[in-house]
Amino acid sequence: MERHFDQELGDLKKDLLKIAALAEEAIRRSVGALKNNDRLMAKHVIEEDARIDALELSIDEKCIDLIARHQPMARDLRFITSAMKINAELERIADLAVDISQRVFELADKPLLKPLEDIPKLTMVAQRMVRMAIDAFVKEDSVLALEVLKEDCEADALRNSIQDELVNDFMAKDGSAAPRAVPLLLIARHLERICDHATNIAEDVIYIIEAETVKHRRKVS
Amino acid sequence: MKNAKINVSKFNFYYGDSRVLKDITIDIPENRVTGIIGPSGCGKSTFLRSLNRMNDVILGSRAEGSVMLDGRDIYGRDVDVAGLRRKVGMVFQKSNPFPKSVFENVAYGLRIDGIKDKYFIEERVERSLRDAALWSEVKDRLRDNAFELSGGQQQRLCIARALAIEPEILLMDEPASALDPTATLKIEELIQELKKKYTIIIVTHNMQQAARVSDLTAFFMLGELVEYDITSIIFTKPSKKLTEDYITGRFG
Repeated sequence: MERHFDQELGDLKKDLLKIAALAEEAIRRSVGALKNNDRLMAKHVIEEDARIDALELSIDEKCIDLIARHQPMARDLRFITSAMKINAELERIADLAVDISQRVFELADKPLLKPLEDIPKLTMVAQRMVRMAIDAFVKEDSVLALEVLKEDCEADALRNSIQDELVNDFMAKDGSAAPRAVPLLLIARHLERICDHATNIAEDVIYIIEAETVKHRRKVS
Repeated sequence: MKNAKINVSKFNFYYGDSRVLKDITIDIPENRVTGIIGPSGCGKSTFLRSLNRMNDVILGSRAEGSVMLDGRDIYGRDVDVAGLRRKVGMVFQKSNPFPKSVFENVAYGLRIDGIKDKYFIEERVERSLRDAALWSEVKDRLRDNAFELSGGQQQRLCIARALAIEPEILLMDEPASALDPTATLKIEELIQELKKKYTIIIVTHNMQQAARVSDLTAFFMLGELVEYDITSIIFTKPSKKLTEDYITGRFG
């Protein structure tokens, strides 16, 4: 039986897809700005963030309203409570795109330490993980969500390797490299955090579908 | 189950040829609230009434299987049914006070039992009214006719009347469905207090109420026990699709 409530849940899902699309676009633009040293684009990402913040608030309100009016149970309850979390994760992802854009200004006037290798790789991993997590949510596909969890290790490894190289090969040898190395360190950190948020989304998707909590379990076992 | 007060095993109940309860097996724990939910006609009220043999009076009804209360089958041969009902009290959907004073309503069961001691009766009436969270509201109106009380007060009076004969189990059949939200809240609060002393089984159409008051929830459908689990599990991650569909309002 189709319920009126289903339509409202459908609208909520559409809103989440909207904020997801905006977050993905923010990442795409911020890494593009970094690659092309495009300060105008970086500025654009920073300015656009207000829209995402506003949308986050309106989605939150919608969730609270649905809980108050419908007192959802079982899967409906899992969907709405997870929607609130996914919403926050997406907003954080967009904030990290803003952080990356700010690094563009710090790096803008300085020559690169070396050609970027691992950062573009990590960028690709981050974008892929976010895409997969959102796809898993849209298609309600817990197998795909599990794939996202597996990718997180690669992200961690890439970040560690970037960090090692910047600290040991550059900063330790030449202190004057720090102003150019630190923004890159931070960017690696921002990208890795984006991967963590994508992982959280995937965990929420699994909870909605399977009613099973996978969060923190891997670290414990 | 540890601390089970009631063990129901392969219990079937028939009205004539119609089998309205099918192989029900369930353990009901002591000093807990067990909620029973399910669509109309699922057998939940019949099940409740089976626990103190209230269905016996229906012509052509028949029970099979066992209902063990403290390890003794209440459908056994030499069971004293009046004694059973003293042990297993019941509160109904519609409050049904007797056309007597507030005091006499609560004292009724004691008088039937032949108790004459005035002080004993007074003491028990007061304690029952206190336990039913009604004492402060009626202590100056004990001689008033029970029908002068509000709907919510009348229902708590019926609970006090059930408590006066010191049952061990309290069966509640939609105890708040005829009450306004404030009176409903009072009954729900009362249930939480009562479970410290009694084992409570409550049938309710109101799923949110079952979620609020019961420790365990059983979902019945078409005479069968579909799922029985800790309430928070039933309402967040039921294991059967049928339960899920019912509690999310997809049918019923």
